[in-house]
Amino acid sequence: MARADLYQHPDYYLMDELLTDEHKMIRDTARAWVKKEVSPIVEDACQKAEFPKQWIKGLAEIGAFGPYIPEEYGGPGLDQISYGLIMQELERGDSGLRSTASVQSSLVMFPIYTFGTEAQKKKYLPKLAKGELMGCFGLTEPDHGSNPSGMLSNIKDKGDHYILNGAKMWISNSPFADIAVVWAKDETSAIRGMIVERGMKGFTTPETHGKWSLRASATGELVFDNVIVPKENVFPDIKGLKGPLSCLNSARYGIAWGAIGAAMDCYDSALRYSKERVQFGKPIAGFQLTQKKLAEMITEITKAQMLTWRLGVLKNEHRATPAQISMAKRNNVHIALTIAREARQIHGGMGITGEYPIMRHMMNLESVITYEGTHDIHLLITGMDVTGIAAFE
Amino acid sequence: MKFLVCISNVPDTTTKISFTDGKALNSTGVQFIINPYDEMALTRALEIKEAAGGTVTVINVGAANTEPTLRKALAIGADDAIRVNTEPTDAYLVAHQIAEVAKKNNYDVILTGRESIDYNSGQVATMLAEMLNLPCITVATKLEIASNEATLEREIDGGKEVLTSSLPFVASAQKGMAEPRIPNMRGIMAARTKPLQVLEATGDEKLTSSVAYELPPAKQAVKLISKDNVADLVNLLHTEAKVI
Repeated sequence: MARADLYQHPDYYLMDELLTDEHKMIRDTARAWVKKEVSPIVEDACQKAEFPKQWIKGLAEIGAFGPYIPEEYGGPGLDQISYGLIMQELERGDSGLRSTASVQSSLVMFPIYTFGTEAQKKKYLPKLAKGELMGCFGLTEPDHGSNPSGMLSNIKDKGDHYILNGAKMWISNSPFADIAVVWAKDETSAIRGMIVERGMKGFTTPETHGKWSLRASATGELVFDNVIVPKENVFPDIKGLKGPLSCLNSARYGIAWGAIGAAMDCYDSALRYSKERVQFGKPIAGFQLTQKKLAEMITEITKAQMLTWRLGVLKNEHRATPAQISMAKRNNVHIALTIAREARQIHGGMGITGEYPIMRHMMNLESVITYEGTHDIHLLITGMDVTGIAAFE
Repeated sequence: MKFLVCISNVPDTTTKISFTDGKALNSTGVQFIINPYDEMALTRALEIKEAAGGTVTVINVGAANTEPTLRKALAIGADDAIRVNTEPTDAYLVAHQIAEVAKKNNYDVILTGRESIDYNSGQVATMLAEMLNLPCITVATKLEIASNEATLEREIDGGKEVLTSSLPFVASAQKGMAEPRIPNMRGIMAARTKPLQVLEATGDEKLTSSVAYELPPAKQAVKLISKDNVADLVNLLHTEAKVI
């Protein structure tokens, strides 16, 4: 049974005053859509481990696919803060939902827009923006996660086409994606990007089952067995890790916003529950240990909101560094996970049921803290940035 | 078909209301929205326009800070917006300002919500109809327009009433008239360039003045009386609650 979505967003430092009227309208639209189309069914979808396909059309309508892709390629042409706000509202609903939109936007549309030929942009971007095509992104391999430069997937030049071999793992959207942006090494060991289409001979996408996290999002593998990739499907100029890493930068930026959404939902639910739940003759919100939890939650949410808003301003000015994005992703996902665990305690036994969103957010965030650069790797990126010495290799 | 839909800018339904010095709403941190009943009227106007053609104009009487609400109405699908630049201090003033605009523009249908959810006086539709000398149907749950005649439904005690009206007319919308829509991204983008005209108020005559606002008293603790103790219950209802 879905509970009513009573969410009210916390805005302790009146951050709304830093947003434009259009930002707020975009955010409120995403929020209204989540309340109407996501909240009533997300719990059930997670229990059944199904991605509700009907969400795709709605995501396209609220501009969640490639928000910052210009109008000439079918995108809404919004700024980075709008993109962040949409991700925040989606993840307030569910991290799996946000993952689907993140992948489509930052890992599929962004590289095609940034590295693709004019023909590739015209062919794919408008359909991706409408959700008529869904995409996924293949970088991580079974034996190469934090160290993608060790990847084994490879392409061999056969004159008018390449032959692609290899396997990718932990790929969001892979089971239903129509196209995959895949990174593989050429004969000179340079990492190249290409668009692989479903239906190409030798390309399969087995689904990963039995997840305890992101259950409303489909995850799978990409397997390439002598797949013929036409040369016109390969990004012409980008070589090396900076290609995929620039995509991850965009996605991590969206995650930094998204995690605040999950944190705010947990806080909002915990605050309401603690005022309603009476023990020893008064609401549990009246006890010091509950107040400590709630006060720390709203403090961390407020700090994360300010950090991320500032990052959005820098990103709009093309000044946000990858290390700054790492800091925000790491901090915000960590506080969201901590808040989910504390909120779970405030909800007592109810916190483990699907009546409340807490346990679902908590389990989702265990993926979010690992994907797109683990919690530890992002710490080492900050470490490297301030000392000038890399500690992860 | 030319529609005019009157839009009030009201605090979100979840707002925790407080007042500054008992004189005015404390709007710090308050989100403002299209009055939900007005949004139902707007949605119905858009549905009829999309099926039969026409234009939908939205109008608000308010200061510049209400423009985001009009912009949202444009994002939902209204064609253009008018803001009459004055504080909407009482229903007569609002109705008068809208009537002045309506007199110049030959609207076929003028719609409002049944009431705004902030002050709830529900007077604008009837005052407006009187000022324009038009038929008025209030608290309507259904609106159809065919061959220059409108059919409306109202809920009445134990049933419903079906009415017809010639055009033009004024009606106020009740729940049921239409299911409000979520604006889509195309609508939000289109709203950037749709016309929003600002008109200066014609006179600022109002008939009432608000003196003070106060919050209702806090809920009192409940006194539980055992079901076997009817005498005590009757006594308390008589002496304490003073209802019998």
